[in-house]
Amino acid sequence: MIRIEGLTKSFGHDRAVDAVDLSIAAGEFFALLGGSGSGKTTLLRMIAGFERPDGGRILIDGEDMAQAPPHRRPVNMMFQSYALFPHMSVAKNVEFGLRQEGLRGDELRRRTDEALDLVAMREFAARKPHQLSGGQKQRVALARAIVKRPKVLLLDEPLSALDRKLRETTQIHLLDVQKRTGVTFVVVTHDQDEAMAMASRVAVMNAGRVEQVDTPRALYAHPANRFVAGFIGATNLLQARAGGQGLLAEGVRTLLRPSASIDSAEPCWVSIRPENVAIAAPALASADANAEHGVVEAMSYYGDHTVYYVRAEGGAMLRAARFNAAEAGPVFKVDAPVTLSWPATAITVLRS
Amino acid sequence: MSGGKNALPSAILPYAWLLVFFLAPLLVSLAISLTHAVDGSPPYSNPFDWPSLNLENYRSILSDDLYADALVNSIRVAATTALLCLLIGYPMAYAMALEPPGRRQILLMAIILPFFTSSLIRTYAMINLLKETGLINQALSALGLVDPAHPPSILYSDWAVQIGMVYNYLPFMILPLYANLARLDWTLAEAARDLGAPPWRAFATIVLPLSWPGIVSGVLLVFIPACGEYVVPTLLGGQNYPMIGTQLSTEFFQNRDWPLASAVAILLLAILVAPLLLLQWIARRSEAAA
Repeated sequence: MIRIEGLTKSFGHDRAVDAVDLSIAAGEFFALLGGSGSGKTTLLRMIAGFERPDGGRILIDGEDMAQAPPHRRPVNMMFQSYALFPHMSVAKNVEFGLRQEGLRGDELRRRTDEALDLVAMREFAARKPHQLSGGQKQRVALARAIVKRPKVLLLDEPLSALDRKLRETTQIHLLDVQKRTGVTFVVVTHDQDEAMAMASRVAVMNAGRVEQVDTPRALYAHPANRFVAGFIGATNLLQARAGGQGLLAEGVRTLLRPSASIDSAEPCWVSIRPENVAIAAPALASADANAEHGVVEAMSYYGDHTVYYVRAEGGAMLRAARFNAAEAGPVFKVDAPVTLSWPATAITVLRS
Repeated sequence: MSGGKNALPSAILPYAWLLVFFLAPLLVSLAISLTHAVDGSPPYSNPFDWPSLNLENYRSILSDDLYADALVNSIRVAATTALLCLLIGYPMAYAMALEPPGRRQILLMAIILPFFTSSLIRTYAMINLLKETGLINQALSALGLVDPAHPPSILYSDWAVQIGMVYNYLPFMILPLYANLARLDWTLAEAARDLGAPPWRAFATIVLPLSWPGIVSGVLLVFIPACGEYVVPTLLGGQNYPMIGTQLSTEFFQNRDWPLASAVAILLLAILVAPLLLLQWIARRSEAAA
């Protein structure tokens, strides 16, 4: 459906997008996730046609669109600022794209109404954008972008202008619209929760390159490298090398014994998610592996869960997260001695 | 800031200004225009002598082709000036608005810089460009475009006046246009492109309507003072170039007919007020939309 091959764009000496390859299937809800300067917005603007790539191809249904002007692409975009035309009514905004195709009369009315119904904004058709709330503007922007039934709908930070409560319902609404229209959605976001909650697949971008493309579940459970492990969710990252019958990690005294076999003696990184780290009163006899004594240095209470920051005997700061269910066990105070432990399956060994 | 007690005195200021420096002189002019010229000082009959006041000056203006021609010509020249300034100024303001902020300031300075020299001197200097042996004709004959033995006389023609007017008034068009376009949200034009509009249609349907307030201000700022322009037609138009500003000056200073001159001024004002109100109404409408 969309195939991106070796796409490159530089601004001066700065490589904003560096030889990116991506393949997005028809009907997918795809997310480009990255921090600022990761190149995700430049990539999106190249797909829309607002930036000319220095090299590479953008194939949409097999046709290379990399050099086509934006108005000739079967792609529409929902802008971060929504970019609603302030001098036009809601209906005029939505029908703008259809008018460019030469559509007039009943067909124009019907398609415009259909798009407005999709976002439940038909009763506001005569309003001007400045008479709408933020959430309503977002829905009009969505209707305007989807009314032409593009092959790809690009959404630039679609939820960033909304307050937190509205974000959740809008997420569900976007998923619903995507399912009902079957249009391929490509959303750019810096918010990993947003990407994880909505997208069927996520491309994690960093410094102009794609670090990993996978389902949210796979990204979290099997990060391909240290960057992805650290970027997606919180984790304990430790540098390690093979030794004894497991891995010797910097900052911890215990031996790390992962369930997977260790294939080389090269230095590597290991990731252990905080929710897999159990925190308990100090054990009398220390286990031979995957358990570390330490002292609680700080804690953060989040309502549904608590994160403990524990200074390990070996010097590392380890995070342990515990859900605050009714029978969650004892609460540990700052300066309390504790023992941390984790199952072998929780240790992910990362190359590079 | 919008507290009722503090708002009143500051709101009175512009009204007081208008009363003292606009309305009062206007009423004086209006009164004088109803009197008749006399030898003496002041050179008009007593405006408080009610029975002697009449519309004779207006009648003679309207019946004399000299004034009608000057009035029509002034409006024609001013309208052409406003149109040419718009056609030249819009692309310039547009280009400036698209520049990065640092370079915008330099370009803005370049637009304002000529104001540091008096318009009288700048216009006077144009004579050297426009005269028969001037720089423009020298350049044209060097290029072989005109016959050096019979150069066209640009100076003291409609052309010279029009060139001088556009040169003098261009900044008044560019500044309000630039102020408007610099504030424009250019992602709106991108959105139009994205929805299938070719560049010219994105401009015509989005950028142009949103720059209406700037266009209206620019046109008003050029057209209104251009109608009463005195310096340019006097210096570049030659003797008795028919414009209302030069006509006024002749009546005041040569003929010492203050009542007639006042009537000319009042009539010009009346004729200008109608399009002015219309344009402001359009501006307010499009501003309400934006």
